Amino acid sequence: MRDNTPAVVCQNVVKTYDTGSQQITALQGIDLEVHVGELMMLVGPSGCGKTTLISVIAGILDQDSGLCRVFGEDLLKLKNDQKLKFRAQNIGFVFQAYNLLPTLNAAENVSIPLIINGMKRREAVRKAAAVLEQVGLGDRADALPSQLSGGQQQRVAIARALIHSPRLIVCDEPTSALDHETGMHVLELLKAVAVDHSRALVIVTHDARIFGFADRIAQMDDGKIVRVQQSQPSNNPGRTEQGTHDVT
Amino acid sequence: MNYIALTMLMGDRGKYLGIVMGLTFASLIMTQQPAIFLGLMARSYSFVSDVGLPDIWVMDPKVQFIDDVKPMQDTELYRVRGVAGVGWAVPLYKGLIKARLYDGTFQTCNLIGLDDATLIGGPPAMLSGKLEDLRRSDGVLVDVEGAKTKLAKVPQIKDGKPVPLTIGDTLELNDRRAIVVGIAKTTRTFQSQPVIYTTYNRALLYAPKERKLLSFVLVKAKAGQNIAELTHRIEETTGLAAYTQEEFKALTYNYFLKNTGIPINFGISVTLGFIVGAAIAGQTFYNFTLENLRQFGVLKAMGTSNWVLLRMILLQAVLVGSIGYGMGVGLTALFGYAMRDTILAFKFPWQLLVFSGMGVSMICVFAALLSIRKVIMLEPAVVFKG
Repeated sequence: MRDNTPAVVCQNVVKTYDTGSQQITALQGIDLEVHVGELMMLVGPSGCGKTTLISVIAGILDQDSGLCRVFGEDLLKLKNDQKLKFRAQNIGFVFQAYNLLPTLNAAENVSIPLIINGMKRREAVRKAAAVLEQVGLGDRADALPSQLSGGQQQRVAIARALIHSPRLIVCDEPTSALDHETGMHVLELLKAVAVDHSRALVIVTHDARIFGFADRIAQMDDGKIVRVQQSQPSNNPGRTEQGTHDVT
Repeated sequence: MNYIALTMLMGDRGKYLGIVMGLTFASLIMTQQPAIFLGLMARSYSFVSDVGLPDIWVMDPKVQFIDDVKPMQDTELYRVRGVAGVGWAVPLYKGLIKARLYDGTFQTCNLIGLDDATLIGGPPAMLSGKLEDLRRSDGVLVDVEGAKTKLAKVPQIKDGKPVPLTIGDTLELNDRRAIVVGIAKTTRTFQSQPVIYTTYNRALLYAPKERKLLSFVLVKAKAGQNIAELTHRIEETTGLAAYTQEEFKALTYNYFLKNTGIPINFGISVTLGFIVGAAIAGQTFYNFTLENLRQFGVLKAMGTSNWVLLRMILLQAVLVGSIGYGMGVGLTALFGYAMRDTILAFKFPWQLLVFSGMGVSMICVFAALLSIRKVIMLEPAVVFKG
């Protein structure tokens, strides 16, 4: 499914946080390309800058310098309302803590991106019910998040990330709150429903057990990408044929 | 997004009720205490309201309020009658007198002497007897509250209830007999003393001897006469003070405002109520927003603009504000209704609704502004923090 059309291009991206007493450089000149149809995993120790990088890629954090283009758009150059619109239309989010609105049921949670994009609530909820079918939760559309298991909540979050057909999905530790088996099921689902020829996925994870789902893995350390490698076939439950080599 | 805002608000019933109750409390305090205050202050001029017919009250220039009677010479009545534009002018006596009761005790009463010919200035309603019965020998009218309580006869049996005065009962006013010929309904006065009505000339007999006894001259303007001009003319011609009914009410009201601790005491209550209500409601609403900050962050990350989030918060604030305001005002109205025939003063004009509405709006706007600021400053990247 992967082609070489770049979905995300980061060139020399630098981001520094000012904590008052000191400055912390979270990203120290990141160069990264994610291609359309690709599932890229960002891995590395805590505090290495993974979350900062996907925040920049997702357009919810501005870098201090460098270039970040997502589907050809230089996010830093977009005005705030343009950036919001771009995010609303082109980016889907899956969070570590699911971040479902606890007072909305599953279908209503899934419908949020459509409502943000201007669709009427009733129509959006109807469409959401169909997407919930896709992730195997058709019968739980009316359930509140508190009535769902962790795995089911993450499936609702995946449905929410997919419903508006975004071109880029960013996932932050999507399996870290789940047990191994549930985590594998969630990743299988994500790979099955989210990866296609027109979309790219960037997943931040610590969970080595899911590395095999990636097309490529970018290893980060201390605000830099130290290595990008193809995923190993033995570790890749979703692939049958894959070479493994360092590319940087 | 409005649906999401409302669901966020009402989803947590406990917090939702907490915010609504805080605003209800604030609204209740902001209406109930001022309503009692206004009711109390309205009593200060209730006698002026009861004497509804005259356009103008004429009195000694030193009079500061309705009970601050500074008697004038009887001849002032004729001078007032001589002013151009005066339709009619009648005397009114108002003073305090001690009534000797059946059991030999004394009770201070307000004695009102009405013009013998016209009986202008009489009570607003008669419960028994007729106003004209005042023309009977030694006749007096007694207000119903006084008749039932302070002027009531001692019980016939031990530990029995006092027996209200009725028509035919007698009182002793300054060593003179007074026969009750009617029971009247009057608006409660500030001092809550019994009110006794009689004719002007009989009142002068009851009243302690003084050189001057005319308390007020009540004036009706001729048809088409400009009241303000006539008031001015009476003052210029007679050297007395002349006020329209509303001016005299305001004079009395302002005297009590300036010279008693009532406004300060009630002001403190209302201010404290406002502050406590604002603190409870504002803090609860702000906490509600803080607890939902991550959810606002999620919406922001997914592309919701600050303007839409602002609208969501305002909608939440308007909703809880409206419900809290409605409940608070409703409770105040219920309180007033329940207390309608008691000694408690209560006045609930529309201006008070506006005042409390503005107060609750201020609380909501304040709480919403705090919350909005927090949400606008919110970095959507917060959603990636586990």
